[in-house]
Amino acid sequence: MDAIRTEQLTKHFPIGFWRPRPYVALHPLTLSVGAGEVFGFLGPNGAGKTTTLKLLMQLIFPTGGTAEILGRPLGDAATKRRIGYLPENPYFYDYLTAEELLTYFAGLFGYAGPERRTRVARLLDAVGLGAERRLPLRKFSKGMVQRVGIAQALINDPEVVFFDEPMSGLDPLGRREIRELILRLRGEGRTVFFSSHVLSDAEALCSRVAILVGGRLVASGAISEIQALDAGGWDVVVRGLQPAVLDALTRAGRVTTSTAVGGDRYALELPASEQPHVLLSELAASGATLVSAHPLRSSLEDFFVREVAAASRDRRLGPS
Amino acid sequence: MPAVARVAVNVFRESVRDKVLYNLVAFAVLLMAASYLIGQLTAGQDVKIIKDLGLAAIATFGLLIAIFIGIGLVWKEVERRSIYSILSKPVSRAQFVVGKYLGLVLTLSVNVIVMSAAWYLVLAYMATTVGEATAATATDPAMLKAVALIFVELMLVTALALFFSTFSSPFLSAGLTMGLWVAGHFNEDLRNFQSVVDSTAAAWLARGLYYLLPNFAAFDVKYQVVHGLPVPASYLASTALYGAVYITLLLVASVAVFSRRDFK
Repeated sequence: MDAIRTEQLTKHFPIGFWRPRPYVALHPLTLSVGAGEVFGFLGPNGAGKTTTLKLLMQLIFPTGGTAEILGRPLGDAATKRRIGYLPENPYFYDYLTAEELLTYFAGLFGYAGPERRTRVARLLDAVGLGAERRLPLRKFSKGMVQRVGIAQALINDPEVVFFDEPMSGLDPLGRREIRELILRLRGEGRTVFFSSHVLSDAEALCSRVAILVGGRLVASGAISEIQALDAGGWDVVVRGLQPAVLDALTRAGRVTTSTAVGGDRYALELPASEQPHVLLSELAASGATLVSAHPLRSSLEDFFVREVAAASRDRRLGPS
Repeated sequence: MPAVARVAVNVFRESVRDKVLYNLVAFAVLLMAASYLIGQLTAGQDVKIIKDLGLAAIATFGLLIAIFIGIGLVWKEVERRSIYSILSKPVSRAQFVVGKYLGLVLTLSVNVIVMSAAWYLVLAYMATTVGEATAATATDPAMLKAVALIFVELMLVTALALFFSTFSSPFLSAGLTMGLWVAGHFNEDLRNFQSVVDSTAAAWLARGLYYLLPNFAAFDVKYQVVHGLPVPASYLASTALYGAVYITLLLVASVAVFSRRDFK
């Protein structure tokens, strides 16, 4: 059974007061997310990611199409007990402490007494706010509020978790912790559906992604299957490379560019046609050692720019 | 505890931490100061003045709390987006709206109880400084009938403010609620409009408005209790029932509007 499924899910917003005309925030969207999957929902700002999440949470209502979570239609009261949701840039009651807020939310799920206290304490520790549990939320930084948001989304041990930009407002350490948390959730068999505009987050965490641009689904599948994001070569840093060897590789077209980066190291760019493991074994034989190697992917940002340009071109050329 | 009660308790906690109780302190100080001053300035009428002043203060402070907290009850949650987290939990929109309403009613009830207690304390003190005849009626429990109807009136004002806050800005909600409150106190004039105009259409319109607008004048029995006039239990019951029906209709309308809203 799919954990999440949408069928032609569509959202229009009326624009204008006297003669409202529809603005299409989400074109018909059909996708499915399997149980236990970590699914990345990618796209630039205004792509329709948050709109889709709000539709799934019934914060807004669809203009057309249907959706299901855990096999039940949206809005099903019993399903709400089995899901968690972190809104984008969350805000919580600033007159409460983190502990009071989580206690309030845990109560809405029917938790009470020692079980509720234990649950709240465990979650605050898990998101690194154990020491600040009695501090009013108005004194929290943006990153701390984001952590509270993640904790409240997990208060009921949800089977499916929806995170809208979970890394937003977090420092590098916080981002790493959230990545580890998402991997832990995956390890526990939970389904995680998260939106992001950062490709590296999706690469590190997701089994599959969907890419949304201008309210349209433009690609979906495993990152490695999405051709637009294929590796276009390799960026390799090596130490101890002999200049004669480098010269021979450059002349043979096996190295596109080379830059001395100091400390006896060279940054090499390999063409897509080059097999990096073959070249690296040859370099090792000549006495060079590998420092790092990264695929040169078309960045998600490049992809977004191309798609947005194509979409606006289509609109210009399309029927008026 | 059901979800409605949890939402209500949270509203109460917000109100308390929002320093609404400072109103009570201000009220108590005002009343004490007034009682002392009036005791110095008047002869024989001081207890009656304290009765008038106390009831007016309970009604006015309650009205301010009902309107100015009521208009922000839902609007603030939507504007600050805290509603996103709440509605993703097992809480329906109807439970949320009713919980918000009951939370403010709880706050108002505590306020009215504390203010009434302060008022009776002052009256009890004044009773020790006046003649035996006046002292006997200074703390007449029958005056609580007026307090009870003031409370029902405040519940109705809260329901109005909540209804407007489900679809409009706080400024507009405050204006509309205040406007209806004022109009509702002149409701009797609408009923008798036909005696001052010739137009049948205008008379019918006025009669229609009389039935449509909340009749706040019906909740005002301050004059009767201060002057020791009877307020029958049947009047109390029918007026409270009228308030309950009106409040229920407003809550149903609030839920209907709120349940269809998109939170963009």
